[in-house]
Amino acid sequence: MNTDFGRVTLVVLFAIVPIVGIALGMRAPALRSKIPLLVAFFAGLIPIFSMYIPKRFLSGDSGMSPRLDQWLIIVAGFALLLGLTNVISNSYRKISRRDKGWPYAIVLLAGLFIMGGFGIYGAISRQGTGFLPNGSPTPFRWVETTVFQPLQATIFALLAFFMASAAFRAFRARNTEATILLVAGAIVMTGRVPLLEFLAAPFPALHPAAAAASQFMGKATEWIMDTPNGAAQSGIIIGAALGAASMGIRVILGIERGYLGLGKGE
Amino acid sequence: MRLTASSLAVLTLLLGAVPAGAVAPVTTPPPPLELPAPTAFVAVDRPGDGGSAILLTWTDPTPLPEGTVLEVRRSEPPADEFAALQTVKPGTQRYVDASAEDGKTYRYELRVRGAETPDSLGIAGAVGPALVSDPVSPHDNWFRPERTNSLIASILFIALILSSIAAARSGKPIFIRRIAGLNAIDEAIGRATELGKKVLYVPGIQSMDEIQTIASMAILGHVARATARYGTDLDVPNRDPLTFVSARETVHSAYLAEGRPDLHREDMVHYVTYDQFAYTAAVSAQMTRERPAAIFLVGYFFAESLILAETGQSTGAIQIAGQADPTQLPFFVATCDYTLIGEELYAASAYLSREPVLLGSMRGQDIAKGLLLVIGIIGIISVSLGATWFMDLVKTQ
Repeated sequence: MNTDFGRVTLVVLFAIVPIVGIALGMRAPALRSKIPLLVAFFAGLIPIFSMYIPKRFLSGDSGMSPRLDQWLIIVAGFALLLGLTNVISNSYRKISRRDKGWPYAIVLLAGLFIMGGFGIYGAISRQGTGFLPNGSPTPFRWVETTVFQPLQATIFALLAFFMASAAFRAFRARNTEATILLVAGAIVMTGRVPLLEFLAAPFPALHPAAAAASQFMGKATEWIMDTPNGAAQSGIIIGAALGAASMGIRVILGIERGYLGLGKGE
Repeated sequence: MRLTASSLAVLTLLLGAVPAGAVAPVTTPPPPLELPAPTAFVAVDRPGDGGSAILLTWTDPTPLPEGTVLEVRRSEPPADEFAALQTVKPGTQRYVDASAEDGKTYRYELRVRGAETPDSLGIAGAVGPALVSDPVSPHDNWFRPERTNSLIASILFIALILSSIAAARSGKPIFIRRIAGLNAIDEAIGRATELGKKVLYVPGIQSMDEIQTIASMAILGHVARATARYGTDLDVPNRDPLTFVSARETVHSAYLAEGRPDLHREDMVHYVTYDQFAYTAAVSAQMTRERPAAIFLVGYFFAESLILAETGQSTGAIQIAGQADPTQLPFFVATCDYTLIGEELYAASAYLSREPVLLGSMRGQDIAKGLLLVIGIIGIISVSLGATWFMDLVKTQ
């Protein structure tokens, strides 16, 4: 069996079967919900089999399992077009109805068409979206580096402030658990930065004591992170992994259908 | 001078009369050291691989002179000439030829070769007797033997889940502990209904190939049914196009199932952008402008988790989050009113629907967890006692 077998099987399972299903579904509506379940069943089984069967048609570089991942990207590409259409139609509707926040929709559409236009211009003129031969940026690149990236960095930078406000709220010693959290948090923060040395800097007599205390805090931090924190994380990961595996089995067997928009008995 | 000259002549005569045994040793080189041959040389198709590899194993000869290496040579019949492939240090005793091609037959030769640099042993560049393997050709295999333990565990787990589902179908009552975050879903939607505000559902930023997103869709279905029942507005902004398509179908079906297609609007589920922080900015702005009464952050989140949750918190909305990855969980726990931690996210569809089949799978999952606990304890004891066989048994590759 060579890789062509895998290719043909994929085409049958994920192209011909759905097309036949859609055609039959027009006559028999009950079939309409069965075909997606069948497709999900095979799509779930192939990666599992490739875990244990190293045959080239299944797990090779151009085998069924890697090819299925590539197909996902193609499907996502088409879905992105659907998303784009949705953004344009929603924004247009918002502007035409003068819904709340409609000026933002104008900004959104302007950004979409300007960047999209520069991208298409880059493709048509063969300039691409990077730099020109003389080293200057293409219009697409210029807008990206001077407008988009700073905006992106701004949103990311907000995280620092949100972290401080969340920590302030979490560390309020309202009950026993919150107090334990506060103490553990204080130890970890002190152990991760040379705070004690910094405070003792003006007092040379305190330097040895500060160094010893800092070393102790470092060890306490390591213990907190490795032992109680590591144990709790392992517990969550084991539980979540089993839950994910169980969910995966339910999806493959067609028991879990919520993601297809199908309810009980459909 | 004459005296001296005659004295030297006498000395020369005397030296000529010295016995043969006292003469300096002859400088003819010693016979070259014979290099030994390796033994038990075998070439086979590498087991459990996807082809294109031959595994060579042998036993080094002892003792091996210092500086020697083992030379692997290969020939492709019908040609009988061996070409150098690789040199291997003594002690390795195995070599994988990953440059072989499936369907071709090869023969391998193994011999000991002296170091190329001149040395006192006289073996520079010398080669020992060669061992030649049987013809062998690589091919792809049907099973990875190193994953046998994983396969057995998977089969056991699937059997547990299926038997538990069968037990649940037979009507056996199954207990599930109370999950506060899931109980609060109806409360949050009810609050939104009372306030006349919308419910915002954020399904994470990952695609439908992420199991947490699939779990999120199951919860979205339940939330959409509730909003359809109560006539509350629902808003689902999406970052991933596949998730967007799935969410749209889920919400549409939920409204149909509740008999309220009149309340369903196409723009309830909408696409925003594929960029992570642009999406975060858009959703945060939506929270600030529209001030939803209930916010669901259920799915897979990365750095945007805290930005979204803190913004939602600042609007005074009741927030329910769910994520299985522990990296972002602390942010949700610190910021949201309720958090579905780890496996609770996957239990949601069973817990909310109370379908026996789904509940049965949860029971199987709990039994598997108990078994894992026992295996973990046995592992701790065996390692503490210095026995590594148990670790080797459960180690996955």
